[in-house]
Amino acid sequence: MDDLEKARISRRDFLKSLGLGAAAAAAASVLPGAAAQAAEETAGATWGMLVDLTRCTGCNSCALACKEANGLPQIPGKVPTALDADTYTFVEAFQVANLRGEIVTRYVKRQCMHCLEAACVSACPAAAMHSSGEGPIIYRASRCLGCRYCEVACPFGIPRFNWDNSITPKINKCWMCYERLKEGEEPACVSACPTGAIRFGRREDLLVQAHARIASHPDRYIDHVLGESEVGGTSVLYLSDVPFDRLGFPANLPQVAPPKQTEKILYKLPYVIFGMAAFMTGTALYTHRKPAATVPVEADAATETPDKEA
Amino acid sequence: MGEIITYPAFWIVAALSIGIPVVFLAGARFLAVRLAGRSQGAAAAAAEGIVITVPRVRSPWKVLRDLVLIGVMATGTAIILVRFMFGLGAVTNLSDRFPLGFWIGFDVMSGVALAAGGFVMAATVHIFRIHRFEPLVRPAILTAFLGYLLVIAALLVDLGRPYNVWRPLVHWQYHSVLWEVGVCVATYTTVLFFEFLPVILERVNRIEAITKRLPTVAFYRWLKKVSIVFIILGVVLSTLHQSSLGSLWVIVPQKLHPLWYSLYLPVFFWMSAVAVGFAMTIVESNLSSRAFKRGLEQPLLAELGQIASVVLAVYLVARVADITARGAWPRAFEPTLQAASFWVEMIAGVVVPIILFAVPSLRRNPKVLFAGASLVVAFGVALNRLNVSWIGLLSYTGNIYSPSWMELVVTVTLLGFGVLAFYLAAKYLPVFPEEGAHKAQE
Repeated sequence: MDDLEKARISRRDFLKSLGLGAAAAAAASVLPGAAAQAAEETAGATWGMLVDLTRCTGCNSCALACKEANGLPQIPGKVPTALDADTYTFVEAFQVANLRGEIVTRYVKRQCMHCLEAACVSACPAAAMHSSGEGPIIYRASRCLGCRYCEVACPFGIPRFNWDNSITPKINKCWMCYERLKEGEEPACVSACPTGAIRFGRREDLLVQAHARIASHPDRYIDHVLGESEVGGTSVLYLSDVPFDRLGFPANLPQVAPPKQTEKILYKLPYVIFGMAAFMTGTALYTHRKPAATVPVEADAATETPDKEA
Repeated sequence: MGEIITYPAFWIVAALSIGIPVVFLAGARFLAVRLAGRSQGAAAAAAEGIVITVPRVRSPWKVLRDLVLIGVMATGTAIILVRFMFGLGAVTNLSDRFPLGFWIGFDVMSGVALAAGGFVMAATVHIFRIHRFEPLVRPAILTAFLGYLLVIAALLVDLGRPYNVWRPLVHWQYHSVLWEVGVCVATYTTVLFFEFLPVILERVNRIEAITKRLPTVAFYRWLKKVSIVFIILGVVLSTLHQSSLGSLWVIVPQKLHPLWYSLYLPVFFWMSAVAVGFAMTIVESNLSSRAFKRGLEQPLLAELGQIASVVLAVYLVARVADITARGAWPRAFEPTLQAASFWVEMIAGVVVPIILFAVPSLRRNPKVLFAGASLVVAFGVALNRLNVSWIGLLSYTGNIYSPSWMELVVTVTLLGFGVLAFYLAAKYLPVFPEEGAHKAQE
């Protein structure tokens, strides 16, 4: 868990920056760099999934296996048709025009993209959304406030909330079967896929594989691995022969991880804190001064604001 | 909603929810009469058996108004209880595609902004030591304190797991804007309590005794001595979370309409909060002068308006420069709800108030001043917060959310409790300066 260790170190830096006014500037300017570096180092070694949409036949085995593995309620004889509080993944069908203008049917497996720098993790005020450091983004209900800011932050609109639960609602989403991963198994959906449309492995290996497939079939695939760079990179990657924006993927995904922007602002706050405190204290010292003599402020303040009782 | 009526629990809840506001109101009334009875001036009168605070004859119009208010507040209390029995889905129009709605966009985001008068006025008087504004400080701090309590109340209703609300204080997530907002709101509410505590203590000291040996007297003196620390802390904390409420939306670059999405959202939120701090003080002074039939420090308020016009002008220039720099102006001339809402916000909420506040002959007219301040409150800030958290997001999500009537009733109910608390506090605590001290008696 060297990732956790790094998180601790950068936190220590931050606390230090809070504690030492003079050191604040130095620490604050170092921090964003440190965070980015940590993300870069772990990115290659994390788990990921590669979904090849040209190989998916829409059999829904993955969606049903997911329900089974995660103990989610099922409606007998029916396959899930949308993400909801009881559905971590489902297969969406599209009748779309491919690059040659032919109308084809394509099936898109939807689930959490497990962003490398996840907006939901960055947004969560209580670390309920948590990066395992190995790729999967996991949710810890016991810490959750139910504020739903992760739903706002998610660029893919994935998390689902129990709207009908009175006081113990949860955020529900794919967790890449993290429990199975720790036991050396693949996620349930990967194991269940009969066509090999979903591959599981190290993200960097999957990227190499994806580009190799594109290179060997340049006529078949569009030259784009979705998730390679979108929102700073995701652990779940997609290959397709149809442009992604025709398949229900958000069109204007930023290339920078959204947390980068907010963290840029947040790491300026030490300056704001010390700047504002210094300015206000300075002003107060100046306005509370005694015209003639140099008197300690406290004593001055006491005489300036006389007790109404006295 | 239809099926909910068939639950027996619903009717129990309905009965309770009429009971709770009635008990609350009756209790407040009882306490008020008791406090009045014990106050110095009323002591003699009370001994004679005369209760001076209760008007004997009430106009039917006022009785009707009170009944409607009690009805709305009872309904609102019922809805809150229904929410805790059947979940957020039973009372709100929220969904996974639009997870934060009116309670966050208005109650929390506008609530915090409209409570900015507390730190703005405290800084003006106690840090910049512009003493003539002193009479306006206590009401502003009271407004802020109650405002933050309302924000927290709304938040507890809106949170899915409100019993975990303390967790941000323990699990430090310095990369989370919401964590920072949560910690600052919690801390600042505590600071506001200490800023307002002297007012309560003055009252307690006066009631309880002639003897100065009460521990509250020593505590009061100590509080007065260190008050400047709380005030500086309050300014720093307010600056942090007022701005961070804007940063909350920086994480959704692809979702928020470009007329509002900017990396400078936190700066704009802070500037507009400072401006509305002055405007809200004007509005609140006008309303309480009407409620308590007391005089108004009109020249002071006009001066606040003048200061607000400067802040608003800087804010306007910054907004215009930002939109120009991002090349978003074409989006303001599209036939969209967002463009329309943008123009209402900027013209009615910023440009018009600047004119009303900047022209001396206009701002000296109490009605014009009040109108200008109300425009800033309603359009410059409340609409701005709704634009950022609601209308500006609809361009991405489609028209999938507008608040349900139950969400609106809960908002009105919480506001009602807030106004009631302000009324009682202002009536029975030394919030306003004694009339004679600052102006001739009426």
